[in-house]
Parts: sequence; structure tokens; C-alpha cells
Amino acid sequence: MQSLTASRHPPRRDPAPSRWAYRTQRWMLTPIFRAFLFRGLPLMLVLGGAALWVGHEPNRDALIATLTELREKFESRPEFQVSLARVDGASEALAEVVRAKLGLTLPMSSFDIDLEAVRARIETLDAVKSADLRVRSGGVLEVVITERMPVAIWRTEDGLTLIDDEGHRVAGLISRSDRPDLPVIAGEGADKATAEAIALVAAAGPLIPRLRGLVRMGERRWDIVLDRHQRIQLPEKNPVEALERLLALDHAQDLLNRDILTVDLRSDRRPTLRLTPHALAEARRAQGLETVENEL
Amino acid sequence: MTDLYTSQRAMRNMRKAAMQRGVVAILDVGTSKIACLILRFDGPEHLREQDGVGPMAGQSQFRVIGAATTRSRGVRFGEIAVMNETERAIRTAVQAAQKMANVRVDHVIACFSGAEPRSYGLAGELDLQDSVVTEQDVSRVLAACDVPDLGVGREVLHAQPVNFALDHRTGLGDPRGQIGHRLAVDMHLLSVGGDVVQNLLYCIKRCDLELAGLASSAYVSAIAALVEDEQELGAACIDMGGGATGVSIFMKKHMIYADSLRMGGDHVTSDISKGLQIPLALAEKIKTRHGGLYATGMDDREMIDIGGDTGDWETDRRQISRTELIGIMRPRVEEILEEVRAALDAAGFDTLPSQQIVLTGGGSQIPGLDGIATRILGQRVRLGRPLRVQGLPQAATGAAFASAVGLCLFAAHPQDEWWDFEIPADRYPARSLRRAMKWFKDNW
Repeated sequence: MQSLTASRHPPRRDPAPSRWAYRTQRWMLTPIFRAFLFRGLPLMLVLGGAALWVGHEPNRDALIATLTELREKFESRPEFQVSLARVDGASEALAEVVRAKLGLTLPMSSFDIDLEAVRARIETLDAVKSADLRVRSGGVLEVVITERMPVAIWRTEDGLTLIDDEGHRVAGLISRSDRPDLPVIAGEGADKATAEAIALVAAAGPLIPRLRGLVRMGERRWDIVLDRHQRIQLPEKNPVEALERLLALDHAQDLLNRDILTVDLRSDRRPTLRLTPHALAEARRAQGLETVENEL
Repeated sequence: MTDLYTSQRAMRNMRKAAMQRGVVAILDVGTSKIACLILRFDGPEHLREQDGVGPMAGQSQFRVIGAATTRSRGVRFGEIAVMNETERAIRTAVQAAQKMANVRVDHVIACFSGAEPRSYGLAGELDLQDSVVTEQDVSRVLAACDVPDLGVGREVLHAQPVNFALDHRTGLGDPRGQIGHRLAVDMHLLSVGGDVVQNLLYCIKRCDLELAGLASSAYVSAIAALVEDEQELGAACIDMGGGATGVSIFMKKHMIYADSLRMGGDHVTSDISKGLQIPLALAEKIKTRHGGLYATGMDDREMIDIGGDTGDWETDRRQISRTELIGIMRPRVEEILEEVRAALDAAGFDTLPSQQIVLTGGGSQIPGLDGIATRILGQRVRLGRPLRVQGLPQAATGAAFASAVGLCLFAAHPQDEWWDFEIPADRYPARSLRRAMKWFKDNW
């Protein structure tokens, strides 16, 4: 009576890992091996595959073409199109010039506009002090111009020039009578000291009706030229104070209405007057002095 | 002698490397099971006082992070009989323990119970050159011990200085720095069969592991099972394994005698198997579930099915009473204990001041063993379970794991052995470079 169920469970062998299973497990427990297997190897495979693919010339070209196309498609979307340029803060004539100077064929993508270059181009214009460019929503390129304001007329051998308070040229001028409100300055290096000239004109006050202009002497000091060929020679330092002292003197003694050619204020200790030759002779005669008048 | 010295030194270096790595495996190659524990050394090295003399004194704390045990194959009497099978069993245990610990171990400390250990008590004496004992003097006095003829193909497994004496004072643990004229040492030397060690080495090498230490299982199970005062006052530890029973005697925290009997629990099983005509596996099962050593009236009525697969109804429906089972087991256990008694007598155990006997190992779990052992071995017998170590699974805390746990303690706190001391300079081979260097240093 053999049991039918006995042979269903054959005697179990002792489980033992094979040598290779044992070694594999030990490798897998080695941290550096695990790092290599799970990080290094996949990374190498991916990088190697990518390098192989890119190494093939047509693939590379196709990749570059695809990327370029994507980029262009994105840049040419209507959201980024600039169709209008608006110039603010400039006079009509200047706005026309600025528009011409932009040099952009609108509409174009805002990615293609080099705002820095355009700004530099606009700022080469004499009449523009600074320009501020920005692309506003709605595809508008806004150009905000700060104009140079002329404060004086500079007379040179070449003609008349309007200059601003920094001495920078603003525009040319055909005739003095076009801008009677601005003072005239002359002389070499006069444009570099425009601010001082403006301060002198502002301080001149009661002399304004008689003021013909200011002359820069030797690129270091100013002469004020009045009508009747009168000339006020100002010192190098503190010319405004010297002028104010002269005005006080004039107010007290009515100096400038007399027959005087030059008031020399270059020495701050005393003003020196130069009479006209006729007045000088008269004065001497009144003092009882006879002078020998000659050509010299 | 220098060969032994260098090979044991190499093992110590390996152990140091394992300590630096922080992970080491413990392998108990027994006859009935192979246990593998994986230790992680995490604590800083604590220096303990009165531990010993040499550089091995004071070691780190550890934690068991992996444990696995498997049925042993190819081991008989604690010696490897079939190399391939044993290698596979070691592989199984190590792999499972590694899987549990989730670390790879490269260094292993192993113990085995067989290989006919023999104990020798060695004595050495030395006149000190200057009156202060230096480390060199300790090495020199160790080297001055007369090594007996160990026999052909035998190797030294343990050689521990047990006692130092300086002039008339004896019982010194650490003589360094003390003042005297004559230094004497008692050393305990344990020799085992060299080919058994070679087989174990080969198996471990085949598992891609490196041996970082080797110990006798009688020694390490005593470390685990004896409490500190028993080790100090003197006690014997009987490690009843499957194929071999280890006997070791401790005194003043040093092993002074060790022996191994080629008898164990497997013999009880085979007795049952032969007596009842049943397979070994079933005999083992019956032994562990119903075994005992004292028969009572109750046991006459407790019937055990022993079955069979013959197809014969009479045979397949066999039953025995527990009394019969006890009747088979008891003579064999008594025989083992008699042998132990003989070994203890041969060692002069009865002259020891304290005659504590601790039974441990898987065989000590037979119910009623303590009663029978009391009658045969003496009054002071107790059953010992291994010390608790951190992280050990509950399943591995029984008496059967005494040697594995003891090996953990041995790995963490090894005692100084002879080879932990420097070779005295005059024992180097002639024309040694270091000797020349020493000559230069001394003379220039």
C-alpha cells in the first residue's frame, strides 16, 4: 500500500547560491559598483548614443535646421511684431530727422531690433541730448527724446552756431537776428566755458540792453563787450563777483556811461580804467597839464 | 616559529583593516549549523583598564547588523569533511547575512570546534637587564618560553600570556614599568591540527573572504557564557555542540585549558535514529520536540508518532512512549558528560578554588540536563546562555549561538596573544636589516 502523495514532495536540496550568484550579490552590495551600474553606465550610454548621432553630418544639419526654424517661428509670432515707431519729446522737425535715423523697416520682430544700436544712432544727432527706447505692448516702439536746449550763439570764423549749456553744438544759425534772445559768445574755446558765460549774462542785469557779447580771451577769461566799443575785462577767477562789484560801482558813480574804453577788473585790488584819447586829453587839460600829442 | 608569528600577524593586520572598514563577519562553522553574524563597529575605541598588556587591549563597541544561520553540510566532529559542501553552506550563510545587513563584508573571523585542540602550559623566565620591565622585556620573556614538541602538522591557535611574575610577586596582569630583577611568565598555548585549519582557510578563500582571525569555539563560547566573576574566580565551560563538545577552563579571566571531545548532540540523534529505525531528520525532530533526560510516570502515557514511509501499516503507525525516548537519550548524554568529567579531571579542575561549571551550546537545551550534569560533574552546574549583544535577533540568542556571540566579543575585545608583542630584537633572523639598523643606532 504505497502512499500516493509521498512522492509529491521530493527531498528538498539545501539551498545554496551558486558561486556566480554569490559574487553578483557581493558586487551589488559594493557602493561604487552600484553607483557605476545605476548612474554611470546609463549616463555613458545616453551620452555615447547622443555623440554618435550628432557625429553624423546630416543629423547635425537637420538638428540645427530644426532649432533655427523653431526659433524663427517663435520670434515671428504677432505678439513680438513691432509695427509703429512713436517719437515723443521732440519738435516736429527733429522728430522727422529721428524717424529717418531709426533706420528700421517696420514691421519687424522685436527680437531683431537692436535697441542699443538704434539709441546710439539717434544720439549721434546734435540736437538730441539723450534718447530712451522701449518696445511697448501693442507693437509700438516708443522713442522718448530729450532735446538739447540752445543757450547761446557761438560766433566763429565759419559762422554762427547754437550751443547748449555744455557747449555742445545744437544747430547752425544763419543770422544773429533769428535768435535775438540768446547772447553771443566768441573766441577760441568759448564753447567749453559756456556755463560761465551764461552765469555772467545772468549777472549782468542792467547791462543787458547794452551787451553786445562775450569774448573768450586766450581760452582762460572773459571780456564783456558793450556797445560804444566798451569792454569789461574780467579776471580768470570769480568773474561773476568782479562783474557784480563793477555794477555796484556803476550804480554809484555812473561809470559806464562816461567816456571810457576799457574797465580792467583783472586785478581784484583795483579796477583800472582806460579813457578814450579825447577824454584823457580833456582830463589832463582840466588838471593844467599840457601833453604833446603825437601819432603814437 | 617565525612563520607562525608572521601568519598570525598578518591576520591581526587584516583584523585592523576590518576595524577601519567598520564591518566584519563572524563565522561559526559548527557540525549542525553554520552561523554568520555581521558586525558593525561604530563606537570610538574605549580603553579599558586591566584588560591586558599589549596593543590589543581595549577595543571598540559593535552592533550586529546581519545574522543568518544555515544547516551545516560536510562538517563532521567540528572539522570540514567535504569541502565543496561546506563552502556552499558558508556561502549560503554569508549571503543571507549580507542581504540582511545590506553591506558587503570582506573580512571574516571564524571559529571551529574540532581539530583536536591540545593545551600546554608554558613557563618562561628572564633576568632583567635593568630593573624596570619594558615592553621589550615582556616580548623577550614570552620568547624565552620553552615550546614543547607540538607534533607533526600541528599549529598554534592561541598563545596567551596568563600570568606574569616579578621576583617573588606573582599574579601580575601588566608588569610593564614595575621594578624587579627576574621576570617570569606563564603562557597557555593551544595547538590544533594544521590540516583542519588549512581546509577552513581554503573554504573561506573560495568564498572571496579574507580571514581576519581564528579562534577555538571552546574558548569563544566560554567568553560568551561565563559571567565576569566566573571568569575571574575560575570556571569550566562545556560547549555541547552537534559533533563536538568543547571544554574550556577559565581562571583570572584567562583560558588556562581547552579540550574538545568528539561527541555531541548528533550522536544522540543517531542513537535515536538507530534505536527507533527512523530517518535522521525525524530523529532530530523528535529529539528537539520530545527529548528529555528524566522519565516520570506522565511520560509513560505520552505517546509519540514516529511513522514511516514504508507502506506497511504496522510500521507507518508506530508509536513510542516518551519514556522510551528518554531511555535512548540518557545513556548517550551520560556518556558525554562522563567524558567531560574525564577531561576536567585530566586538566586538574578539581584543584581549582571555584568549581563552577557552565553548560552551553545547542546540546545543553535538553530538558533535565542540569540535573544529570549535577550528578556527574559536581554540584555547581548551571546552564549558560550567551551574553546579550546589541542588535542580535531574538532567534540567535539561544544557547546554540554561544560560540557565535562569543566570537563577536572576541572580535571586539581580543586578548593579547603572543604575536601581539614585538619580536625581541635578538630573535630576528641573522643578517636582518633591522638588526643592522639597531647596531648602528646603538653604536653611533
